[in-house]
Amino acid sequence: MMQKGALNVEKIREDFPILKRKVSGGKPLVYLDNAATTQKPLAVINAIHDYYMNYNSNIHRAVHQLAEEATIEFEKTREKVAEFINARSTEEIIFTRNATEAINLVAYSWGRTNVKKEDTIVITEIEHHSNIVPWQILTSEKGAKLKYVGIDDNGYLKLQEYVDYLDSGKKAKLVSVSHMSNVLGTIVPINEIIKMSHEKGIPVVVDGAQSVPHMPVDVQKMDCDFMAFSAHKMLGPTGVGILYVKKEILEKMPPFIGGGDMIKEVHKYETRYNDLPYKFEGGTPNIADVIGFAAAIDYLNNIGMDKVREHEVELTTYALDKISRVRGVTLYGPRNSKDRGGVISFNIGDIHPHDLATIMNDHGVAIRSGHHCAQVLMERLDVPATSRASFYIYNTKEEVDIFVGALEEARRVFKI
Amino acid sequence: MSDDIYREIILDHYRNPRNKGKLLDADVSIHDSNPLCGDEIDIHLKVDGEKIKDIKFEGRGCAISQASASMLTEMIMGKPLTSVKDLTKDDILENIGLLNLGPARIKCALLSLKVLKLGMVKYYADRDPDSAKKLQSDSTGM
Repeated sequence: MMQKGALNVEKIREDFPILKRKVSGGKPLVYLDNAATTQKPLAVINAIHDYYMNYNSNIHRAVHQLAEEATIEFEKTREKVAEFINARSTEEIIFTRNATEAINLVAYSWGRTNVKKEDTIVITEIEHHSNIVPWQILTSEKGAKLKYVGIDDNGYLKLQEYVDYLDSGKKAKLVSVSHMSNVLGTIVPINEIIKMSHEKGIPVVVDGAQSVPHMPVDVQKMDCDFMAFSAHKMLGPTGVGILYVKKEILEKMPPFIGGGDMIKEVHKYETRYNDLPYKFEGGTPNIADVIGFAAAIDYLNNIGMDKVREHEVELTTYALDKISRVRGVTLYGPRNSKDRGGVISFNIGDIHPHDLATIMNDHGVAIRSGHHCAQVLMERLDVPATSRASFYIYNTKEEVDIFVGALEEARRVFKI
Repeated sequence: MSDDIYREIILDHYRNPRNKGKLLDADVSIHDSNPLCGDEIDIHLKVDGEKIKDIKFEGRGCAISQASASMLTEMIMGKPLTSVKDLTKDDILENIGLLNLGPARIKCALLSLKVLKLGMVKYYADRDPDSAKKLQSDSTGM
């Protein structure tokens, strides 16, 4: 299996123990559900194992050696995360449970302080539920409004709608937008959105859950005010989300979760909160998995995010071409791989995505089916559900071929 | 495996569902969905004395959920309520001939039974509160 692409995939695959396993009665696993969560390299698994075997302890408080070692490793991850997205300092990096909690933190803390009756929050039709529901909760509580920017039939954001909205003199308190759609793969013109929003003094939240794992992202260049993403979608463990917030904004935000670790002094009726970013990290965090995440970042850095992106563009181009040749297939989202990530949503004939996923599973192919936590987008596309194949660094063209073969098999089973 | 699931009869009921549509003057109408898959089923019942005089369903979703609903309507049309209210999961799986579904797909197969039970809860709520209570507990966890 020789691959002349951007990455030495064969070598990469050796680092992922799970890719050696067989499923569905002896078939090699073809894992194409990476937009949901990625597999973990041995280095990540070992880092977590090492923590529990050798220096498990709570961080930031005790002075014994184990606690010191754990604290150092935990904070090392914060440094690596800051460097990975080019934040100005580690004070701007908050660990949460997941990207969802990171967005909720913004809605709860920044939102409850700044959003008033009749204010408008702007989001888009491609958003994941995690970037819709927190804003619905906030706007309904405050008597504020939610405005959606639409997409066109090819899955591109209708940026002009937002331009027209701003030009008409209407105001927005906040814009929260996904950098890359988890269904269509669409990469939105985030720099333009941020630039035009800032010209009107509107801060921007970027949902980077799908983009940060798959392409170089620089928060200073982008100039976003908030960014949320998740460790488990980029080779890291589950249970770790990251919220980046510009320091000058973070300094004015009230705390999110009250409790241990987020305080300096607690008296009977008042508390002095801890410094940034600890003020926003109440309670014992997910120490083991944060430490494991550092190994994931190291792994991606060793490959290089440019190469990751290059590999996925190549694989997506190949897959789009192959899938579009299967009779009865409807593809959703941009056709040009430069405008999208390695996430391909489609339907085939009258086969419901759940039935398709069942047939795929028989061939060892793991794909996602359903509404992908994006029911607003499903309504816009006028489909109840789609099937979705999504790629990462360890996927190969041979796997795409197996996947397409299974699609043909599904056509046979359903007699279409 | 797939060929065992997607047999001719399942595909036939999926593509040509029986008793599909609305029912005017229904005694009970009930809706539920499966949040995992987004499968949706509505069941409309017309009860005459102690018999199911007419039943129709509406819905959208996978072949298993829709075929199962279609086959359920055929199974209980004209049957006495006393037998319908005691229907079990196994009765349904046997009826559609899918006894080896995994935990994810079994919910698709049982959605119509769940909706039927909820419909009967509604029907019995005033008439027979004890039956309603039992049906309610049957339908949870389905």
